[in-house]
Amino acid sequence: MGTGRLYATVAAGGFRRYATYRAATAAGVFTNTVFGLILVYTYTALWDERPHLGGYDLAQAVTYVWIGQSLFKTLASGGGGVEGELMERIRTGDIAVDLFRPADLQLWWLAADLGRAAFELLGRGVLPFVFGALVFDLALPTDVSTWAAFLVAVLLGMLVSFGIRYLVALTAFWLMDGTGVTQMAMLTGWFCSGMVLPLNVFPGALGEVVRALPWSSLLQAPADLLLGHADPLPTYAFQAGWAVALLAAGRLVQSVAARRVVVQGG
Amino acid sequence: MAETGRVAGRDWAVEKDLGARSSRVVDGLRAYRMITAMWIRSTMAYRASFLMTTFGNFVATALDFVAVLLMFSRVDELGGYTLPQIAFLYGLSSTAFGLADLAVGSMEKLGRRVRDGTLDTLMVRPAPVLAQMAADQFGLRRLGRVTQGVLVLGYALATVDIDWTWAKVLLMPVMLVSGAAIFCAVFVAGASFQFVAQDAAEVQNAFTYGGTTLLQYPPTLFATELVRGVTFVLPLAFVNWVPATYVLGMPLPLGLPGWAAFLPPLVAAACCALAGLAWRAGLRSYRSTGS
Repeated sequence: MGTGRLYATVAAGGFRRYATYRAATAAGVFTNTVFGLILVYTYTALWDERPHLGGYDLAQAVTYVWIGQSLFKTLASGGGGVEGELMERIRTGDIAVDLFRPADLQLWWLAADLGRAAFELLGRGVLPFVFGALVFDLALPTDVSTWAAFLVAVLLGMLVSFGIRYLVALTAFWLMDGTGVTQMAMLTGWFCSGMVLPLNVFPGALGEVVRALPWSSLLQAPADLLLGHADPLPTYAFQAGWAVALLAAGRLVQSVAARRVVVQGG
Repeated sequence: MAETGRVAGRDWAVEKDLGARSSRVVDGLRAYRMITAMWIRSTMAYRASFLMTTFGNFVATALDFVAVLLMFSRVDELGGYTLPQIAFLYGLSSTAFGLADLAVGSMEKLGRRVRDGTLDTLMVRPAPVLAQMAADQFGLRRLGRVTQGVLVLGYALATVDIDWTWAKVLLMPVMLVSGAAIFCAVFVAGASFQFVAQDAAEVQNAFTYGGTTLLQYPPTLFATELVRGVTFVLPLAFVNWVPATYVLGMPLPLGLPGWAAFLPPLVAAACCALAGLAWRAGLRSYRSTGS
């Protein structure tokens, strides 16, 4: 009970911390909306040319754009969660202090990241989506259960996203400077999560591969649920499978890394 | 390189004496050259890291074009444009933006300098703040983006069907230089805005990165109001849409006459002048953190 409260407090702290920067949030909402607009027009041209591309109709494709812009920061498809700070702590050695704390390192950062993700969902996700729904003709479900199923998939996507970024951050134990890895992770995440183009539009074998990778849990999986394009249970199983695998791998790497930490000074 | 290295080694005090006599522009350019030379030397100290981040920048922008290729794996035309024609637009937009990003991309860090008070350091130095800010943390790795743009443009020129005339040939370099200047103006104007709205730095991304993304696709895709906005209000259309449609022999956006294709240098000059005024106003309104 006591530990549960600890992580809840950490998560609430993560939420409040990101909520502090109101101007930055407003700026982000604006930028996501502009990018959403540009994408809507390119998708419209694409679906005009090939209706039912990837099994979506035009309204579904346009909806996909706004889901993507709304979840971009929440699911940190291109990085930008708490992992940057974690890397910095590993580089400077502050991580030694964290390892001495009577709290689990992975759960601590997971809680902080979930708090952040929850804020980004409300603060940065809702407005672009509302804008999209008001200005364009979206294919939105009318029943509450589909929306609930969507939110569960978003939550599972948050876990998978953290699992990936935690592994990326831990590379700093070996590499010290994480710029290169962060950049590569950002590119892969952005491309393979379907931010550029829905993954079911990717042709042939490339499509098969990207749809099986963990990044498809981030945007494609929740979007397909909301668009009525997938069933909840297989989607959850896929996402949960990756979440468990990635978080377990993170734990393994963490225990190896913790043995490498040398505390300097005296 | 050897020449700039020698200049960079000179003392600031000597520069101050020189600066008093020469005009402000020459002064600014010299300061810009010295600071960039210093950053290039410091980057080259970590050659492996430089190569990796340059390559990363190249891949980042290349994936952007892969998205276009993926679209064309499913369609033959987009908005009445073929793949080589879109590659032409893409290459021009990406190269012009890449050059601007290389030259003054560091300006987007202004908000952070205002927040942590380090802008004051720049203000007491005997060199224009604009030049110092633009050259700050000069990232040669951004050549990765320029390279990608040039490669796509090369592919476009090799495959696209153009009735070349002398006017069109001459327009090519004019377009790239003017386009880069227009994007430079956007970067400077965005930085000026950060004096007012420090935390809202991300707004500028909508116009810089958003702008270049918009211009990579043909104008026929977008709503007329949007095209009007980027032609008459924020004249990004003159980076490539207006001149490039002329070169391609496609109808100009908004039914503009053919001679509009030769306006980019004038538009660029006007944009730079306005951005300069905005910068002055921003810098004058600057109040230090005060502690």
